[in-house]
Amino acid sequence: MGLTITEKIMARASGRETVRPGELVWVNVDMAMMQDSGGPRRIANHLEHLNASVWNPDNITIVSDHFVPPSNETEARIQAITRAWVKKYGIKKFHEFEGICHIVPIEKGYVRPGILMVGGDSHSCTGGAMGAMVVALGSTDMLGVVVTGKTWLRVPETIKIVWEGKLPPGTYAKDMVLANLKQLGTAGATYKVLEFTGDTVRNLPLDERIILTNMSIEMGAKTGIIEPDETVLKYMEEKKVEFNPVYSDPDAEYSRILVCEAEELEPLVACPHSPDNVAAAASLSGVSVDQAYIGGCTGGKYHDLATAAGILKGQKVAAGTRLLVAPASQKVLQRALADGVLETLLNAGATLLPPACGPCGGLSMGVLSDGERCISSTNRNFRGRMGSSDSEVYLGSAATVAASSVTGRITDPREFIRS
Amino acid sequence: METIRGRVWKFGDDVNTDVIAPGKYLKLPNDEMAKHVFEGIDPELPEKIKPGDIVVGGANFGSGSSRESAPAAIKYAGVSAVVAVFFARIFFRNAINLGLPVLECPESDKIQQGDELEIDLVNGTIRNLTRGEVYQASRLPEHIQELIKVGGLVPHLEQELEDR
Repeated sequence: MGLTITEKIMARASGRETVRPGELVWVNVDMAMMQDSGGPRRIANHLEHLNASVWNPDNITIVSDHFVPPSNETEARIQAITRAWVKKYGIKKFHEFEGICHIVPIEKGYVRPGILMVGGDSHSCTGGAMGAMVVALGSTDMLGVVVTGKTWLRVPETIKIVWEGKLPPGTYAKDMVLANLKQLGTAGATYKVLEFTGDTVRNLPLDERIILTNMSIEMGAKTGIIEPDETVLKYMEEKKVEFNPVYSDPDAEYSRILVCEAEELEPLVACPHSPDNVAAAASLSGVSVDQAYIGGCTGGKYHDLATAAGILKGQKVAAGTRLLVAPASQKVLQRALADGVLETLLNAGATLLPPACGPCGGLSMGVLSDGERCISSTNRNFRGRMGSSDSEVYLGSAATVAASSVTGRITDPREFIRS
Repeated sequence: METIRGRVWKFGDDVNTDVIAPGKYLKLPNDEMAKHVFEGIDPELPEKIKPGDIVVGGANFGSGSSRESAPAAIKYAGVSAVVAVFFARIFFRNAINLGLPVLECPESDKIQQGDELEIDLVNGTIRNLTRGEVYQASRLPEHIQELIKVGGLVPHLEQELEDR
């Protein structure tokens, strides 16, 4: 019996020929990522108390993005602690004010096909779009990794999601993953890996694939992964780093295989207060929105901004609605600035936020008041996620968010797509 | 601490980390976060939950974020154990690493708000003293029980380093 891409990565990382689902194995970690909220501030004291050092500063990356820029002294202190910590332990892969912790490591070439990476943030699964296995851990688990370079993992079963056919105009990777969420629910992939495949996936640019792996955690998955094809290998060429891509065997075993038809897809929206509470965007046209947000590791990449600009060209954000845009990284912002995408967004009336997590987790500027409603290109709409417990968040593609910002109510983006 | 006795706070399915430990308080240290535990469900809960109480949830308890603040807030609020049908994987690991007992019990749904439970952590037996019922939770491996007993991964590492 063959192995899945995930099993091959875990076998290599645990120094074994093969692994089987259900086994507990110790793995050598190739790369570890932490962000400012759950990172150095949470482990610095323990590390000192244990009189321990870090296993390998070159295999640790720290990205400050949650409290960026800090909006009060407490947050500023967290940034200062983070800065002092990376200096003390000689960590050079440190990035602050550069973007989000799931996007910057991909841009920098840290997330290489075939590696086993751990990240101190639940959306670390994002990196699976590069053909790497990236598993999210909490702070204390990360402390263990930082000291020893190892952690234990249960070898997960894999659910294969095959997407076939051409995406209809107005539909995107976000609609694909919301369709999967509707089918599987928020616990449908608990302890399992989601492997996305099929010609629809292979035809997606990297920015779009990232949405599929990023939202795997929303189905409870240990991680999401996509085999590294030409798109990824070409992307990696520019990074000038070595890597060994691995692929699933044709006779690999899957716990379940879901086949999804792209042709049948329509623009979808997740309604409050759960990402699996999915309905057609067209069925929600009576729902008004106070805020529209394009941003986050899921929905603030260049492709998202460019898609939104395609909808917003020559349009204006509705009176009584505000559109906030936070590029996922400085690099995204630079590119959008260079080719006019940013200008289009600003001309439509968008407010530009710094490249960071922004209001997605309710931590930074752009949070919601009681009774307010937001449509967002991000990944979670739990009660109170973006501010008040009495606010509501709807999730959709950047196109759906952009279209909704123009009408001031939830809108099927196909109303704005000229064919 | 191998037997725990306490009063139940009952929750439903899919209790997520954002309602346990709201994002707006993530800048605070964990002991202060505990003053806001479950605030996303009911702002009065942090006042009502008392040391020794037991939290019982349905399916998929602790879904969402990897924030350790969620199990930490529950622990620092004095909650002695969390029982659920099953847990989201990151929350489960985080709870064990912090020394917060977590028990997976398919019969969690039979437990009601305010019930008095007695939990044997060694063999995973849950006695519902209010209803006169006994449930069996999945038994945690011995090395995990040991980790919980000493208070989590950090005290465990300390002990290991001392023993060397």
